[in-house]
Amino acid sequence: MRPLAAESGTHRPALPRVLVQARLWLWSNLFGSVGNTVLTLAAVAALAAIVPPVFTWTLSNAVWGAQPAAACAGIDGACWAFLHEKHRLILFGRYPFDEQWRPLAATALLIALLAASAIPQLWRRWLSAAWISGLLAGGALMWGGVFGLAAVPTKLWGGLPLTLMLSVVGIALAFPFALVLALGRRSTLPMFRAAAVAYIELIRGVPLISLLFMASFMLPLFLPGGVTVNELLRAQVAIALFTAAYLAEVIRGGLQGVPRGQYEAAQALGLGYWRAMAFVVLPQALRLVIPAMVNTFIGTFKDTSLVAIVSLTDLLLATRQAIADPLWRPYFLEGYVVIALIYFGFCFSMSRYSVFLERKLRTR
Amino acid sequence: MARRDAMPRPDAEATDRPMIEMIDVHKWFGEFHVLRGISLSVGRGERIVVCGPSGSGKSTLIRCINRLEEHQRGRIVVDGIELSDDLKHVEAVRREVGMVFQQFNLFPHLTVLQNLTLAPIWVRRMPRAEAEAAAMTYLERVRIPEQAHKYPGQLSGGQQQRVAIARSLCMSPKVMLFDEPTSALDPEMIKEVLDVMVSLAVEGMTMVCVTHEMGFARTVADRMVFMDMGEIVEEAPPVEFFARPRSERAQLFLSQILEH
Repeated sequence: MRPLAAESGTHRPALPRVLVQARLWLWSNLFGSVGNTVLTLAAVAALAAIVPPVFTWTLSNAVWGAQPAAACAGIDGACWAFLHEKHRLILFGRYPFDEQWRPLAATALLIALLAASAIPQLWRRWLSAAWISGLLAGGALMWGGVFGLAAVPTKLWGGLPLTLMLSVVGIALAFPFALVLALGRRSTLPMFRAAAVAYIELIRGVPLISLLFMASFMLPLFLPGGVTVNELLRAQVAIALFTAAYLAEVIRGGLQGVPRGQYEAAQALGLGYWRAMAFVVLPQALRLVIPAMVNTFIGTFKDTSLVAIVSLTDLLLATRQAIADPLWRPYFLEGYVVIALIYFGFCFSMSRYSVFLERKLRTR
Repeated sequence: MARRDAMPRPDAEATDRPMIEMIDVHKWFGEFHVLRGISLSVGRGERIVVCGPSGSGKSTLIRCINRLEEHQRGRIVVDGIELSDDLKHVEAVRREVGMVFQQFNLFPHLTVLQNLTLAPIWVRRMPRAEAEAAAMTYLERVRIPEQAHKYPGQLSGGQQQRVAIARSLCMSPKVMLFDEPTSALDPEMIKEVLDVMVSLAVEGMTMVCVTHEMGFARTVADRMVFMDMGEIVEEAPPVEFFARPRSERAQLFLSQILEH
């Protein structure tokens, strides 16, 4: 086996250029050495073993559309009829069935805002105005009680909108708090430093589940009688406080990566502490830790599934409730596969976006 | 106006008063006594070159003048404002004192123009257009207006240091401090930076330079300050200092740096 060179056409019928290139590519990428050939063949064998059954299960043997559960009995394929039956429950939880266009619209609005904020050309002042009005509109849609919309208490909220809200609002609240904690931990004033260290170590040293438990079951014990805090709000705050502790450490890492001379130059220009931080140090520090921050965000997004422990019907718990129906119980795999794809879709988008952002902000 | 009283204002009439006055200044880094009773007075428009072996405290001395380092004993008064723990005084001094660092310390995430306009806009409250116009004037003075929209990382060391000088000038400082401005430069770029510094001196800027460029010192300095072991060992006009250094330590130092 020898790679075809251009002159090979002299003693063989000339191959079309595309084929020559294809053979060169195969040679250099797949069959260049004995080791590579073995690996290539092993990979082909593995794919041959995995792909056809997956294909048969998901597509050719699957049961589609509006079918009763009985139609899926005994088949050797996916029962997508389960999703046809239960997708509203999975996506929106126990939100009143006839009103489910409202969480759908609110989710679409939130995703649209996130997508718009991801485009650097749109980083203008009106974007914050769009966020404020978007959040108000989303809140009005979810809560109701205005514009002739029926009021829907938060304990009926659930599914994807709940998961998205807990993570987006959690991250948005955590971020400014994390900045304060990170700066506090590097402060020269012992009191601020001690407070920041104590907070970060305390919160990081405790599992999120226990924070959620405390927020749900212990907090009411300390509040005066008659005062109640909405359970969704309690979970939301617990998530934000938890995320802030992790994010603070990530940001502190970034602060340590900015040379001391940067701060000194800002000081020498008379910028003072806050402006030096805001314009000189933090922009560089945050840029350094984009991958680690996105890592934290992805963690927070997935951790929201823990709110099931305090009876909030997030995407995962809603799916489990759908599976709990005795008629459809055998088809749990279909449910989990689909929400896994939903989680993956969001996490993978965040991950790709972080790569894009890093490249975009890299200083020349 | 109580606020005005709290903020010491330099009064314009007192031009006979020194620009910088250091009286018996001491500083320790932990146990290490780095400045041992420094007394130095710099008049308006005066150009001082501080030299001495490494570790002698020269950098620390000029970093005390805008309080990048705190002194622990003695007094430092800049343009009538005494440096103390009062942040208002410190910031008032920093607004009037420009500083150029050995490592340039340009802000890498901002363009050259943004580097120059940041402080005028946020500290001097100058309108953006005005700040940009002023910045372009200073970039022309350091002869690199064409680099205004580049990032510092795209410039050579010499260009970066000239931008750093322009950045300080944009705040219209009354004093410029130079902390070994050419030590991090490749030899062929030293001249372009020194030329800018000479032109500043010619225009009458009050300057305190820590530098090993003895040619520059000879041309520009009104007074040489020779430091060793945290003390000012000798102060003299350059002609006298280079021709007849009085102290043994200065003689040794000069013989070492002028040998080659």
